[in-house]
Amino acid sequence: MTNIIIAFKDYNIFRGVWSSPWAQSSPTGGETNVFKWFIQAFTNKDFYIVLRNTIMLNVLDLVLGFPMPIIIAILLNEVPSKMYKKFTQTVIYLPHFLSWIIISGIAVQLFAPSSGIVNIALGKIGIPPIDFLMEKKLWVGTYVGLGIWKEMGWGTIIYLAAITGINPEIYEAAEVDGAGRWGKIWHVTLPGIRATIVILLIMNLGRILGIEFDRPYTLANTTVMDVADVISTFVYRVGIRSNQFSYSAAIGLFQSVVCVFFLIAANTIARKSGERGVW
Amino acid sequence: MIKSKSHKIGDFIIVLVLFAVVLICVMPMVNLLARSLSSPQAIVNREVGFLPVGVTVDSYRYVFKDPAFSRSMIWTAILTVICTLFSLAITILCAFPLTYDNLKGKNLINTLIIFTMYFSAGTIPNYILMKDLGLLNSPLALILPNCLSVFNMIILRSFFYGVPDSLRESAELDGANPFVVLVRIYLPLSAPVLATLALFYAVGRWNGFSDALLYLTGAPQYHPIQLKLYNIINNLSSLEIAIQEGGSSSTPAASDGMKAAAVMFATAPILVIYPWLQRYFIHGVTLGAVKG
Repeated sequence: MTNIIIAFKDYNIFRGVWSSPWAQSSPTGGETNVFKWFIQAFTNKDFYIVLRNTIMLNVLDLVLGFPMPIIIAILLNEVPSKMYKKFTQTVIYLPHFLSWIIISGIAVQLFAPSSGIVNIALGKIGIPPIDFLMEKKLWVGTYVGLGIWKEMGWGTIIYLAAITGINPEIYEAAEVDGAGRWGKIWHVTLPGIRATIVILLIMNLGRILGIEFDRPYTLANTTVMDVADVISTFVYRVGIRSNQFSYSAAIGLFQSVVCVFFLIAANTIARKSGERGVW
Repeated sequence: MIKSKSHKIGDFIIVLVLFAVVLICVMPMVNLLARSLSSPQAIVNREVGFLPVGVTVDSYRYVFKDPAFSRSMIWTAILTVICTLFSLAITILCAFPLTYDNLKGKNLINTLIIFTMYFSAGTIPNYILMKDLGLLNSPLALILPNCLSVFNMIILRSFFYGVPDSLRESAELDGANPFVVLVRIYLPLSAPVLATLALFYAVGRWNGFSDALLYLTGAPQYHPIQLKLYNIINNLSSLEIAIQEGGSSSTPAASDGMKAAAVMFATAPILVIYPWLQRYFIHGVTLGAVKG
């Protein structure tokens, strides 16, 4: 972790982390300017695109993906048959255990413009083939959709556990008061899992700039780079592939600091509004 | 309680909606299986839906014939076993001491460990660390960096906290040292949690590839199966693969059926283990949620 210091240096791979000089404003020498790489990032158009993509994909994930497990968990809780509930759970947890490479492999097959089943179905109702992985807007949709597909089932576990923790007497009392199924969901179940929802929301907000590497890397291709290039893939490409260690380390550090900042901010707001918070 | 009519209709709709969710989860995989078993002709002719057409196992035969692929499967299996055992050992040895109230500096250790969960140094500093340690292109680079998951450690620690202190105290009265207490009391009691964590570690290793992408650019013989799969799926031209593998392999681009078969191969081990372990993990995950 102390290697973070290279974000403030002109890292030279032969001199090592500690002997490399502090960042200087020009290659030939000049003044020491330890924030050089940060300034370079923020004056670079590419970096803004990467930043925008990261935030865009994460916000879409949050808005569209976050409610899904809550809805499914509530539905599961209402299922009359125990067997059916178990069966559903077993199946919908499975995608969580598939790697993003496997999922990208499935997606390539599913959405193949010429022979994929999705386009066969679209063709039946007269829609010409659509390349979901090559068209920018559709790629964003596919990215978000596949993310929901992978995690919507797994995400229910934590909510189901929270629902189990609700005192059954509250349901009975609600029934006595004449609450129907909707009334019980709205006035008992949802308030019962509110603390869990808030905690997960905080954790998600804390990751608004943090983005995994596997998912964008495996789903992206050169035609959609304008929307698919995110911080993690950018750092990999610029840092490891092009050897700009100090520059990409500075971007990585910026990302980590913003993440922690958001986490603390979200937690503080939650606690101020009377919730339990993460800590 | 007698259910009203509207309640029954509600039940029906809920069952139906959940069935749709189940289908959405399963159907892409059924489609994949069907394509892997279909003739290339049928795939090109847009005939393959959820059932194979012109059933053949040629795609599987082709994938299996590629020595690099099967070798990588075996290597990844070995690696997964080693990583899982090693990670479990480290996780146990980290979680157990932290349950002792009289451990000196316990809060500091806890804080430092949790800190890494929220703040990571980032890709580049880690890369330079691996370089300075001389681990680039070494299989150890696939084992050491991710050997402890803080999340898993917290799950186990929470479970250990749940073991009654009286058990430990009575064993200590009988002269048991901490190691005996761990092996004879805590570990047998936490078998379900350990099974869950083993599943998490094993799946993580089996599915992982970014560490190999970062640290093993010059050692393709240690590349895990997922990275091989990535090359097949994305038709990385033989030239690029030759560069990555540092060799002279010149495989032609794979057909859709072959890609599907390769994906099925890499998925199979997970599909085999999953039903056996899934009854354990629900409990395990919930534990981690209780105490963060």
